[in-house]
Amino acid sequence: MTADPNDPKPAKPPVDDVTGIETTGHSWDGIEELNSPLPRWWLWTFYATVIWGIAYTVAYPAWPMIDRATTGILGYSTRAEVAADIAAFEDATAELSAQLARADLTALEPDDPLHRYAVSSGAAVFRTNCSQCHGSGAAGARGYPNLLDDDWLWGGTVEQIAYTVRHGIRNEQDPDARWSQMPAYRDLLTPDEIAQTVEYVVSLSDRPHETAQAAQGAEIFADQCSACHGEAGTGMREMGAPNLTDAIWLYGGDREALTATIANARFGVMPPWGPPRLSEAQVQAVAAYVHQLGGGEASEASDVPAN
Amino acid sequence: MTDAPQTPALFAPREPIFPRRVTGPFRRLKWWIMGVTLGIYYLLPWLRWDRGPNLPDQAVLADLAGRRFFFFWIEIWPHEFYFIAGLLIMAGLGLFLFTSALGRVWCGYTCPQTVWTDLFILVERWIEGDRNARLRLWKAPWDARKWRLRITKWAVWLLIAVATGGAWVFYFTDAPRLAVDLVTGQAASVAYASIGVLTATTFIFGGFMREQVCNYMCPWPRIQATMMDADTITVAYRDWRGEPRGKHRKGARAAATTGTATAYDTGQANALPKDAATANLGDCIDCMACVNVCPAGIDIRDGQQMECITCALCIDACDEVMDKIGKPRGLIDYLALSDAPRERAGQPPIPVWKHVLRPRTLLYTAMWGAIGLGLMFALFIRSDIELTVSPVRNPTFVTQSDGSIRNIYDVRLRNKSGDDRDFRMSLTADTPLRIDLQGSETLSVNVPADSTKLQRVYVTARPQDPAATRDRTPLRLWVEDTETGDRASSSTTFNGKATP
Ligand code: SF4
Ligand code: SF4
Repeated sequence: MTADPNDPKPAKPPVDDVTGIETTGHSWDGIEELNSPLPRWWLWTFYATVIWGIAYTVAYPAWPMIDRATTGILGYSTRAEVAADIAAFEDATAELSAQLARADLTALEPDDPLHRYAVSSGAAVFRTNCSQCHGSGAAGARGYPNLLDDDWLWGGTVEQIAYTVRHGIRNEQDPDARWSQMPAYRDLLTPDEIAQTVEYVVSLSDRPHETAQAAQGAEIFADQCSACHGEAGTGMREMGAPNLTDAIWLYGGDREALTATIANARFGVMPPWGPPRLSEAQVQAVAAYVHQLGGGEASEASDVPAN
Repeated sequence: MTDAPQTPALFAPREPIFPRRVTGPFRRLKWWIMGVTLGIYYLLPWLRWDRGPNLPDQAVLADLAGRRFFFFWIEIWPHEFYFIAGLLIMAGLGLFLFTSALGRVWCGYTCPQTVWTDLFILVERWIEGDRNARLRLWKAPWDARKWRLRITKWAVWLLIAVATGGAWVFYFTDAPRLAVDLVTGQAASVAYASIGVLTATTFIFGGFMREQVCNYMCPWPRIQATMMDADTITVAYRDWRGEPRGKHRKGARAAATTGTATAYDTGQANALPKDAATANLGDCIDCMACVNVCPAGIDIRDGQQMECITCALCIDACDEVMDKIGKPRGLIDYLALSDAPRERAGQPPIPVWKHVLRPRTLLYTAMWGAIGLGLMFALFIRSDIELTVSPVRNPTFVTQSDGSIRNIYDVRLRNKSGDDRDFRMSLTADTPLRIDLQGSETLSVNVPADSTKLQRVYVTARPQDPAATRDRTPLRLWVEDTETGDRASSSTTFNGKATP
């Protein structure tokens, strides 16, 4: 029996003729909807989720307002939670950090937990503070030394690296910064003399060169350069003077780059990273990290292995 | 639209169902399956398996903290999760196979919801009596006796529920130790929370929700519908044999039994056309046995229904009735709907194997078997040693001061055995290359039992070596167990400083 809108009060709910099932009584263009009642517990579950939803938006940050969201009466915030997590982590590692700040890095075995802590926390320090110049893989760039190789301007033992990190290079802020300055030779030598010196420097690393030119350059080199770079051009770490006989060139090793270097000189600067910028523990950590990247040198008085 | 008062209720309370006790082969099979599956579930975590001093001795253990899965002699590491994924795919395909061949057998026999509901109904019957007693109790006022029975029942249910939730957490930690910790209040809060949640779901789903879970919460019945076709063997009522239903009179019954004996003997009983001697009544005596035993509370005589979990209890119930009135069994039976027209016309049904062996079941079996064989193969070629090599590509190479070219590789070494091992590393390539290990003067690394070690490896080409100037040189890194001689390798590339 279909519902008749003219019938004021049908005794029973309308029933679909074909299936014999109750209909909801709704009819759209004669199409009726069978009534398949939902279970009542489903209704209560639905109410429960509504109540939960309201309670949640009251208790927790929920509604976006103009400049911030509602804060919720519990005062919960994910930022505060992160801050608490970080604080908890720092508390947990405070003891290790204190040990690291005091530790003699040269005496740490690679498998020592303190060394492992230093390397992994040093990696984080490096990514945050050092990678801008030295690159995220520590491969450096022109003018910014590659820290993966075995060539070190100021020394590659772990305590030398730590000193460089702590005080920096050629900066005004730290009186203990490593310091040296190469003169700009464009006012001291003629262009010809510079070209001869360049030829001699090229010859130092066994590359093809003009023998006659180089021989003249050798004399200029002995007068002007050997004081810092050494008689044989192998450099001098106290002066931060690079080894000119090897395959590594911080500013490029071709004739053009060498000419520019001799004429104008270079003045690479690194800021001091010791306290207050980084904590002593962080300086030690990043030194340990850089030292184990592949080029670290063994310290004299210890048996830290080098590669 | 009609007036609002005419609209019937859009929500209905659950109709209580009081399934009657039934006996028969399917009921017996279900008892067995319940015993075996519940036995495995509750007892498996307590089974021990000796793996040596460094590894847990629990036969089946999902060690989430240590990221290992132990299954008897098999140990799965996180990077071998494809085993689990493969097993899950096999489980899925297995369900497809069984559903397309035999309908909702999973639902009717092995689904935890069915098994635990069955157990809860059993407890209910022990405490409150069979169907009629339970019906009376349900209608009775809440007096002392009703309270006593109800509380006893709920208490036993709760006990089962706690045991169920409790058994679950034993799969994740050493069971004996965890049991002590749980009792003394020392266990992790997540253990108590898991037990709490599973206890609640077991108690509510098994005791009160029952078929509501299947009808309203579970997606599987809907998915199953797409896997069934007319050849699927499923529980159905032979209406051509049973209708018109009605109480049999004595004479008609006698005539029916004598007049049809030969046909029954030929095995074609179910195909039998209506005999005039049965006084125009079918075999169904409308005793409602099939309805009364049904845990879904439906009448299978109305035809295939979404609610039917094919538990086959109505088959047992009706067969019992048919035995009593001397009619052949199988008025309600496992049958393929495509046989209905044939049987209606008095022909025998086609053999079961022809229904079961059809392209889709063969395809499911083939896929299931292929994945299974693949997993077995992968399991057997696994070794105790493994290495994965990730070349450091930032930078691609490092120039050393003597002009040699160095590549750096992060090598993850895995020692899957139960003992500490010394691994020696080496490399092979068709041009000279040198290998060094970070932090070590030798080429050997100690990797503790059942763990991994990340080792940085340097490979160097001297300036005069071809690899130094070649763009790419293939090479293979080897690791060898110095004690057993087991080897593993991984290929990678060496990047040279290509001359511009
Ligand atoms: S149990 Fe068999 S005989 Fe009894 S009502 Fe059901 S189908 Fe008919
Ligand atoms: S109709 Fe029969 S097979 Fe289906 S759920 Fe009910 S008793 Fe089980």
